[in-house]
Amino acid sequence: MLFTLAAASLIRHRARTVLAILGVSVSAAMLLDMVMLSSGMRVSFGSLLTSQGYQLRLAPKGTLPFDTEATIKDGDAMVSQLVARPEVVAVSPVFGGQLYIQTALGVIASSALGVIPAVEADYELSSGRQPASANEMVANDALLAATGASLGDTVHVGSGFDSQLRTLTGERTLRIVGRARFIYMAREQKGAALPIETLRAMQGRDADGRVSLAMVRLVPGQDIESERAALERLFPRVTVISIAEALKQVDERRSYFTQLAVILGAVSLVVGFLLVTTLVTVSVNERIGEIAVMRAIGVHRWRIVAQIVLEASAMMLVASPVGLVLGLVTARYLNSILANFPGMPERIDFFYFQPSAAWTSLGLLALSGVLAGIYPSWRSASLPIAITLRQEAVG
Amino acid sequence: MSAMLEVRALVREYPMGDERVAALRGVTFDVDDGDYAAIVGPSGCGKSTLLNLLGVIDRPTSGTVAIGGERVDQLSDGRATEFRLRRIGFVFQRFYLMQALSARENIELPLAEAGLGKVARRDRARALLDYVGLGAREGHRPSQLSGGEQQRVAIARALANSPKIVLADEPTGELDARTGAEMIALFERLNADGTTIVVVTHDEDLARAARRMIHMRDGVIVGDERAR
Repeated sequence: MLFTLAAASLIRHRARTVLAILGVSVSAAMLLDMVMLSSGMRVSFGSLLTSQGYQLRLAPKGTLPFDTEATIKDGDAMVSQLVARPEVVAVSPVFGGQLYIQTALGVIASSALGVIPAVEADYELSSGRQPASANEMVANDALLAATGASLGDTVHVGSGFDSQLRTLTGERTLRIVGRARFIYMAREQKGAALPIETLRAMQGRDADGRVSLAMVRLVPGQDIESERAALERLFPRVTVISIAEALKQVDERRSYFTQLAVILGAVSLVVGFLLVTTLVTVSVNERIGEIAVMRAIGVHRWRIVAQIVLEASAMMLVASPVGLVLGLVTARYLNSILANFPGMPERIDFFYFQPSAAWTSLGLLALSGVLAGIYPSWRSASLPIAITLRQEAVG
Repeated sequence: MSAMLEVRALVREYPMGDERVAALRGVTFDVDDGDYAAIVGPSGCGKSTLLNLLGVIDRPTSGTVAIGGERVDQLSDGRATEFRLRRIGFVFQRFYLMQALSARENIELPLAEAGLGKVARRDRARALLDYVGLGAREGHRPSQLSGGEQQRVAIARALANSPKIVLADEPTGELDARTGAEMIALFERLNADGTTIVVVTHDEDLARAARRMIHMRDGVIVGDERAR
């Protein structure tokens, strides 16, 4: 009976109900997007950090990986010590630099990573293979497009470029053997990876034994924080960053996004709430007489409140899946725009869908639906019955 | 015969600006169990106000009302609702059926509220529709029924929980003469079957059909006569 009356009330004014549902759907979509945005970057970055299985990152003291051009002196010795530790399964050292590629149109600059291909964790091959010898490299799409080179081509490169003399320094001839997607590089950023010894040799004697970053994979079950602390004691000239610490840093940097998401999410929730409250209030005002009659024949106040709350909740319930789909489509579109944000790693998603985000949004909407129905229904169910009936009779 | 309804020194005042206007000014009367009383009088004499107080949808300024021996003038909202549901049947001038519900569902509404199971309330609603002569119209919505039929459904709804007393406010007010006469006959049958009835009416035919006629004027009872 409760359902019949609630459904009848919604069906009575179809156009109004449909418009309200659409309005709430838009609000739900925005709420979902904001919930996704508030946690998306963090989850996405965390997933990026854990995807390659390295739990700790060692960078020069006081820096974050590749935040500066600083390198760790005697990096190779540090790597050897790390490898020797029973808590450690693998170590992936990375040496960062620039690569200048001579093309018919001029010199193209690119970021370059010196890696040990067998343990690298900075890129994924989309085609080709890893460098197997000192004169091989992999490149990403942006670099291949800029140079016009293809897999199997040989390119003339240098680790430096004298712009006045227009000559390369630290020259080498390398063969492109793989097409790579660099995990931490921006979409538009040109990137290449080559054996760490090759890049160091190109930069000269000063680069000997240096690393920009070393990633450490621990034995499964190993306590990460205690190992992090142990490594910091062992290597006082480096900063050891765990994933948790890296995420903390991300949290600090993305606080603007979080604030934006929370404010806009709250606004969309309030808009949805007000929309339903308004609709329910109008609907209840139209049925004041009907409600008074129900009260007169012995229908309890809570039952009337329940019926109207049910109507509000039903609208929210129908609007939620529509809003969910709308939110996902919008998030995808917005993500594609934000992905072009300069300097953002290509694989970072601003809007990261998690079932918990959807449940959070739906839960908040359901709650606001219930709250939206309570006030107008309680007010109408509390009106003096006799006076209301008399006014209805006169009206 | 015991009193079904006991009204003592009933006063109902309404605030109007800085003043208080008395709609009822000390009304006292009893209605016996199984009786059929019509309250008559000119518009504004306090008939409907009195009916509202008897129906526990309003509270008196002073005085008492007892139905079936139970004081009802100061009940809490919850208890008053429960009392109306189980002990009082209301019939309104404008029928006030739920437009979204069928005839049967309208009758089931108070039955459902009283906690009756689906099958039991369906059977009871059908029996009541048969009683008011609308057995074949159970699936019809109010908009598909004539005024007289709607009022019959409203009467069946009033009888749903076997109330001690049925209160009717101008039940023939919206009906034509022929349908009004049918309604009068139905009330007579209802009373003959043992239901105590109090109607407020301007309809002389309906008032004459009652066993007792209570005359009101300016918020007081000015006459009380047995019709037969």
